Amino acid sequence: MTLLRTQNLSAFYGDFQALFGIDVTVEQGETVAIIGANGAGKTTLLRSIAGALTTAPQSVLFDDAPIGDKTPHDIVRLGIAMVPEGRRLFQSLSVEENLMLGAHSGRAGPWSLKRVYELFPRLHELRHLPSTSLSGGQQQMAAVGRALMSNPRLLLCDELSLGLAPVIIRDIYQCLGAIIGEGTTVVLVEQDINRALDASTRFYCLQEGRLALTAPTKNFDRAALTAAYFGM
Amino acid sequence: MQWLNILIQGSLLGGIYALFAIGLSLSFGIMRLVNIAHGDFIVLSGYVALVVVQGTGLDPFSSLLIVVPVMFIVGYVLQRGLLNQTLSGGLLPPLLVTFGISIIIQNGLLQGFGAYDHRLQEGPIETASLHLPGSIDIGVFPLLVFAVAILSIASLQFLFYRTGLGRAFRAVSDDAYTAELMGIDNRKLYALALGIAMVFTAIAGVLFGIRTIFDPAAGPIRLILAFEAVIIGGLGSLWGTLVGGIVLGIAQSVGAALDPTWQILAGHLAFLAILIVRPNGLFPRTRD
Repeated sequence: MTLLRTQNLSAFYGDFQALFGIDVTVEQGETVAIIGANGAGKTTLLRSIAGALTTAPQSVLFDDAPIGDKTPHDIVRLGIAMVPEGRRLFQSLSVEENLMLGAHSGRAGPWSLKRVYELFPRLHELRHLPSTSLSGGQQQMAAVGRALMSNPRLLLCDELSLGLAPVIIRDIYQCLGAIIGEGTTVVLVEQDINRALDASTRFYCLQEGRLALTAPTKNFDRAALTAAYFGM
Repeated sequence: MQWLNILIQGSLLGGIYALFAIGLSLSFGIMRLVNIAHGDFIVLSGYVALVVVQGTGLDPFSSLLIVVPVMFIVGYVLQRGLLNQTLSGGLLPPLLVTFGISIIIQNGLLQGFGAYDHRLQEGPIETASLHLPGSIDIGVFPLLVFAVAILSIASLQFLFYRTGLGRAFRAVSDDAYTAELMGIDNRKLYALALGIAMVFTAIAGVLFGIRTIFDPAAGPIRLILAFEAVIIGGLGSLWGTLVGGIVLGIAQSVGAALDPTWQILAGHLAFLAILIVRPNGLFPRTRD
């Protein structure tokens, strides 16, 4: 079953066009990676899906319903949550308050404070600390936990590995496995291509706001990916 | 003993300044809205109370039961219908729009009520006082105002740090974009914030109207006092705002004791002095 579909999605920042007619589909239960160089439009694509950028209504369909013109808070209620690039925890809130804020939309589902602490036991120990006192990896766990608290059907992850040590990245991607195991559909945006391809079943490669290549992550043509990635 | 008396009277005076400032502190703290019409909303609340008192025969304290909800609705609708549209374009549009609102309120009141002074009459409590040893007299009404200021700030502190709504307010204040991504409807939250700010503005306006005379042009000086209290205390800190009001009140009392014509000037000088020594105020919280 198709959970998310973009059709001929174009997105603009003022007069600047960042995406040109993107068609992407994400099936229920799938993990899809979006890869591409800096400025290819990966984050813009996530922002368009999450409603942070308004697009034509029909250009983003969730559960076959048009959501392109909906606000981010309406979209969270429908079941799409985003882990934003750079984590963006709320500085004046404690770790636990950050997690509780993620549940603001009040969606029912498997995730609760208890379940998030089971997934990230370290956060339970740190729960009363200000979010600013956490290390980068702990902040990333809190940001993922906060998104899960809204019990999303579709989780959008923007650059989970950004600025983190490889061993921490490995830990976080292991936890992502548990999240996917819960039945959550995941869209990953990554600059770390190998990491993204390992974790996903299918990928899209963007290049300068256009779709350059899409393939399953097993047995694809590396040369074609290089060409799509660098535009050569 | 005379100086102790001045200190006490000044602190009590600070209570009304803190009340003036709470609404301004809230709307700036949560949505970075500098409400130039804030002083005029204080005065407007006084006039709403006047109408209620004259129309229903209630005393000014009881009129709060009507004035507070009315001003909450005014704040909510104003933010939802008008000010939300100004917030995306930087600091200037809300300044200009609230400046316009200030002019509209002043002239509307002038048109409706004339340029005369008005007062709200609360009866004997206005002049009652407690006699303390050392020939110190504490006015019951200033003491009441001071208690209301502390109670107001304590209740807001509770709202901010112990409730889900307060958590959402703090999150939006930190990072409005991410708060939206977490499912918060910023526009609705902002409307609630100005509504709540107006609740305290209404209380300030009614108490101020009992304490002293007011006229349609009385707003801007209240705005200046509120600004000074907020900035002395540090942006975004509610207890700081109370301290700011007290600092202002004490400075004015000291000034008045030296020479009655210096009262207002002394407050402004204290403000300038603190601005030079601690440009971010005494207890700054808000980051930009």
